[in-house]
Amino acid sequence: MTTTNRNFPLNAWYAVAYDIELNRALMPRTICNKKLVMYRRLDGTPAALEDACWHRMLPLSKGHLDGDQLVCGYHGLVFGPNGRCTSMPSQETVNPSACVRSYPVVERHRLIWLWMGDPALADPAKVPDMHWNDDPAWAGDGRRIHAKCDYRLVVDNLMDLTHETFVHGSSIGNRAVAEAPFKITHTDHRVVVTRWMRDIEPPPFWSYQLRKKNGEAGRVDRWQIITFEPPCTVTIDVGVAPAGSGAPEGDRAAGVNGYVLNTMTPETDTTCHYFWAFCRNYRLQDQGLTQWLREGVTRVFGEDEVILEAQQQAMLDHPDKEFYNLNIDAGAMWARRIIDAMIAAEDAGDPRPVRIAA
Amino acid sequence: MSARDLWTVASIERVEDLSPTIRLFEIAVPGGAEPWRPGAHLGVRVRCDDRSERRSYSLLDIGRDDGRYRIAVKRMDDGLGGSRHMWSLAAGAAIEITQPQDDFELGHDAPAYVLLAGGIGVTPLLSMAHSLALRGRAVEFHYAVRNREEAVFADLLREWLGDGLHLHISSGGSRLDVDRMIAASTEGAELYVCGPVGMLDAARSAWQAAGRRAARLRFESFGSSGHYANRPFTVALPRYGLELTVPAHQSMLSALETAGVELLSGCRRGECGLCAVDILECDASLDHRDVFFSNAEKVEGARLCTCVSRPAGGRIVIDTDYRGRDARVPS
Repeated sequence: MTTTNRNFPLNAWYAVAYDIELNRALMPRTICNKKLVMYRRLDGTPAALEDACWHRMLPLSKGHLDGDQLVCGYHGLVFGPNGRCTSMPSQETVNPSACVRSYPVVERHRLIWLWMGDPALADPAKVPDMHWNDDPAWAGDGRRIHAKCDYRLVVDNLMDLTHETFVHGSSIGNRAVAEAPFKITHTDHRVVVTRWMRDIEPPPFWSYQLRKKNGEAGRVDRWQIITFEPPCTVTIDVGVAPAGSGAPEGDRAAGVNGYVLNTMTPETDTTCHYFWAFCRNYRLQDQGLTQWLREGVTRVFGEDEVILEAQQQAMLDHPDKEFYNLNIDAGAMWARRIIDAMIAAEDAGDPRPVRIAA
Repeated sequence: MSARDLWTVASIERVEDLSPTIRLFEIAVPGGAEPWRPGAHLGVRVRCDDRSERRSYSLLDIGRDDGRYRIAVKRMDDGLGGSRHMWSLAAGAAIEITQPQDDFELGHDAPAYVLLAGGIGVTPLLSMAHSLALRGRAVEFHYAVRNREEAVFADLLREWLGDGLHLHISSGGSRLDVDRMIAASTEGAELYVCGPVGMLDAARSAWQAAGRRAARLRFESFGSSGHYANRPFTVALPRYGLELTVPAHQSMLSALETAGVELLSGCRRGECGLCAVDILECDASLDHRDVFFSNAEKVEGARLCTCVSRPAGGRIVIDTDYRGRDARVPS
C-alpha cells in the first residue's frame, strides 16, 4: 500500500469560498495543494474544475466564460462544467480523452463546499453543520482569512481557549479563562470541550453585548462549548448570563449567546483558507451590532493570525522537533487523532476509489 | 494533459483463462497497487516482432482488494502483436507497467448512467459499474457479445446490477438495438461506450440522432478493431521514391517509422490526428479505425490516421508533409 504524507483527508467537504466571493467570473484558488478554477453557472450553481487546460496546461482561469462553458484563453478549447471538452480548434471531432477533472461542489450555510476525494462518496448530507450562518433565528457575518499556517494549527488554537487570556487580553480574555477547569468528551467523530466560568467579571467584548441587551452588565456566568467536526470545522457556543440566572443549568434567557463558526480548508501544507463567522440570537435587526461584532472578531482573529504564522515559521525553523503536549491540549489531540485516522483509512483503501472488497 | 509514464517492473502472479480467447492476468507490484479510479488503465510494454511497443489495458475491478492489478487480454491472432505477446507470458514472468492512468473518467453528476460494452470492451466499464452499484446509482449495462462464452463478466455484473444488466448475445439472436437503448434511457443520462469501432460509430450516430448532448457521451477508442481483418498491403511514397509492404501484424505508422520516414505521432490510438497522411490514391477499401476524423471526412477519404487505420489490402499511395530539398530518405 502506498502511504502519503498528506496532513489532510481528501474524502471530506471543504469550504472554498464565501457565497459572495463566487460569481460569473473565473476564480482561481488552491485547495489541498490542487489548483482549481471556480465559477457560477447561469442558474447560479457553482462549478469547480482543475485549473489547467487538458491541451497545454494553461490555467483555465486565464480564459473566459461562454454561458456555462469555459473557454481556454490560449487555443480556445471549450470545457463544460463537468470538465468534458466540447470543442477543439481546427478539427471536426473532439478527442474522446479530452477532459479536465471536475469536483463535486455544493452551496450550503453561505459557503461553497468542495469534495476533493472520490466523487462517488460526495454526499451533500455530510457538509459540516454551520446552519447558524443562514438560520433566520440567528444574525451575523464573517470573513475569510488567508492564514499562513497548517490548518491543524488553527484547529489546535480553537480547541483550547486558554490562549484567550494571553493573546486576547484586551477583548475576550481574562484570568478566569486560564483558571477555570474544562471537560473534554469525544466520540469517533466529535470532540467537545466545555468550560464554564462562574460568577466572574465579564471581559469587555461580553459586557458590551450584555449591556446592549439588558441595559446593564454585572458579574456573569460565562460558557464556551467547543465542538470539533472532522476534519476542520470548529463551532463554538459562547455566551454570558447574569451570575446565578440559571445558565449552567440550561436557562440562558437572561444572557447573550453567540456561535463562533470556523472552518479551515488546507490550501497547501503550510497555508489555509480560514472561514469564520460570528452569529448571535438577539437583536437580530441591529446592523450596527452585526458590524461591531464582525470588526471585533476580525481584530481578535488578527491577533491569532500573528501567533499562528509565527508558530508555523518556528516549526519550519525546527524541523527536527515536535510539540510538547500539556493537559490543556487534550481537545486538540483528540481532534488530530480523528484527522489522522481519516487519512490512514484513506491510505489503507477504506473507502478508496474502486478497490473495495465486495 | 496526459500522465507521464512512470515505468516499473512487476511480475505476473497468476493467469487464468476466462474463455478460450480471454485471459486474466494478475500483476503484483512491489509495495502493492496504487489506488485508481473507475475507467483507469495501465500502460504495458509489449514486444511485437522485434519492436518494443506500448499498449494500454484497462484495470479490472472484480470486487477484491488484494493489492494486485488485474487486466484481461483477448487474443487477437490477426492483431498487431500486443495480445500475442501477452499470451506468451506465464505466471512468474516479469512485465513492465506504468502507474494507473485516467483517460476515461466516470462523471459524478449525471442522473443516470448507461454503460455499453462490446466484447472485451467490457474491461473499463466493469470498474465503473461496480463503483456506481456500490453507491446505489441508476445503471443500465448493455453487454454485447457474439456468444455466451465471450461474456466472461456477465455473472459478476449480474451480481452487482441485477436486472440492470442487459446481455445481448448475437449468436443467440439477441442483437443490441442502440436506438432503443438510448430511447429507453433517462433524459440527461451519460453513455459510456467501449467496444469495436463499428459499435462506437453506431452509438455516436444514434446518440446524435436522438438529440442527446455530445458531452454526455463518453467512449474509449479501441483502435485494434476495424471493419475489415488486418491484411498486408503496399504503401508507396512517391516523394521519397519509396514503396514497402506493411505486414498484417504491423501498423502503417510503425512500418513507415521502421523505414525511416519521419512522422509525428501522439496518442497512437486514433484520437489525436498527428500521424495523419494525405492519400493520393488507393485501390482497396479504407478501414478508418480512428475517432479523429469525422464520418464526412472518412467518406471523403483524403487523409488517414496511420497509427490505427489502414487499407484492406491492395496498394495505397500517400504523401507526408515533408518538403525537404533532399527528398530521399537515408537508408
